[in-house]
Amino acid sequence: MSSPADLRYATSHEWVRLDGDIATVGISDHAQEELTDVVFVELPTLGRAVDAGDPTAVVESVKAASDIYAPIGGEIVEVNPQVEADPSLVNTDPYGKGWIFKLKVKDTAHVSKLLDAAAYAAHIS
Amino acid sequence: MVRRVTSEPKNTPLLAAHVALGAKIIPFAGWNMPVQYTSIIDEHTAVRTHCGIFDISHMGQFIVRGDRAAAWLDELLTNNVGKLEIGQGHYTLMLNERGGVIDDLIAYRAGETEFFLVVNASMIDEDFAWLARWLENGISLENESDQWAGMAVQGPHAAAIFATIFPGQTLPPRYGISKMVDGSVVCRTGYTGEDGFEFFSPAAEGISHWEKFLAAGAKPCGLGARDSLRLEMGYPLNGNDLSPERSPIEAGLGFFCDLEKAAFVGRDTLAKQKADGPAVRLTGIRYLEKGAPPRAHYPVLSAEGKVIGELASGVLSPSLMIGIGMAYLPAEFSKIGTLLNIEVRGKTFPAEVVKKPFYKVPTRP
Repeated sequence: MSSPADLRYATSHEWVRLDGDIATVGISDHAQEELTDVVFVELPTLGRAVDAGDPTAVVESVKAASDIYAPIGGEIVEVNPQVEADPSLVNTDPYGKGWIFKLKVKDTAHVSKLLDAAAYAAHIS
Repeated sequence: MVRRVTSEPKNTPLLAAHVALGAKIIPFAGWNMPVQYTSIIDEHTAVRTHCGIFDISHMGQFIVRGDRAAAWLDELLTNNVGKLEIGQGHYTLMLNERGGVIDDLIAYRAGETEFFLVVNASMIDEDFAWLARWLENGISLENESDQWAGMAVQGPHAAAIFATIFPGQTLPPRYGISKMVDGSVVCRTGYTGEDGFEFFSPAAEGISHWEKFLAAGAKPCGLGARDSLRLEMGYPLNGNDLSPERSPIEAGLGFFCDLEKAAFVGRDTLAKQKADGPAVRLTGIRYLEKGAPPRAHYPVLSAEGKVIGELASGVLSPSLMIGIGMAYLPAEFSKIGTLLNIEVRGKTFPAEVVKKPFYKVPTRP
């Protein structure tokens, strides 16, 4: 199970990659392994404003539907149509092609409140 | 499941094996059960193409004995017990006086005056209490549920696996039951639509049998795959698709109710519904396109958008890779080809009424 060092993590198992004020969000390797077999991803609508902790997307396995929370506040500026077409990307490439949405972040300083890779690894162990 | 479970979940005799295999364990019907080992889709596919094995030790086993055992059971079960030959079994239902379903079960005739009933885990106590209420002199009723480990070995390779492990012993024919040399019981039944058998052994010997089946190539499968497999076949799950408020006629199980035999509990309701046609029917529903997986309790809407019911069961079919489900719908919406919508988190997905089973098991030589 991997948790790349350049990412930040929410305790609810989303990861964030910050590039300027744009945060790319997906779910961690640990989360995809727990969910197994992602068969459906419901993406948020573009332009929607979300606060940290808001249910923003839904990832579904055969057995259950799981909310994906915004790890940080901002506005949805992009969603990944590839995971809609092929939800298994969330399993096979959770930190790459399996990203779910991008946020234009209100306050990038808030990213530092999220867990770093070591703290996240401790959180899931 | 709607059944309340108040006490701590019980462990099956195979729990240690599931934990060692890394299964995800959940409480189900009062038991700690494996929901999946690796992936529901992989486990589901193994059963459809090779062979899977499920722990069914949670299910209940009752033994009914007595000279009048067949006649007594015929007063309490919908199918015709008296017609069973020794070594045969059939699917049947236990009803309340209103014709609602208490439980669905399989009844086997183990001997002329001895019957083996396999009931749902969540209903062991209720079923036993119901049967005990009607008990009469000369009938003995025993709950042996805790004495048996059970495993369902299912898939096109199940019979070959049996032959490898038990050379010289033969599987009974479809719906048959037979005693093994070592005292175990094997029944040619299952809940997947595939060929296979259910194997019941004394609880203490469960693990060694489980390991033999695994070594012979059966893949361990959890409740997740069990649910998706049974739903692809349109088999009901008590608590979801069957309830004390719904009759087998409404559930589309009239085939398993013999209205010609002498009276049985619940018969009058069934006869009336059969004559008049049921007002609601458990209806097979299939998405027309990809969409959010349908699940129990999601609203079912008419083509015009009016709520006409809710899903009793729903799943993304791993074999068909499309959403399927069942719902009790007014008869006018239950005709094959009727267009419907399933509502998921405020969005609707177009679906249509289809004939069950949703998945057709290929004919194999």
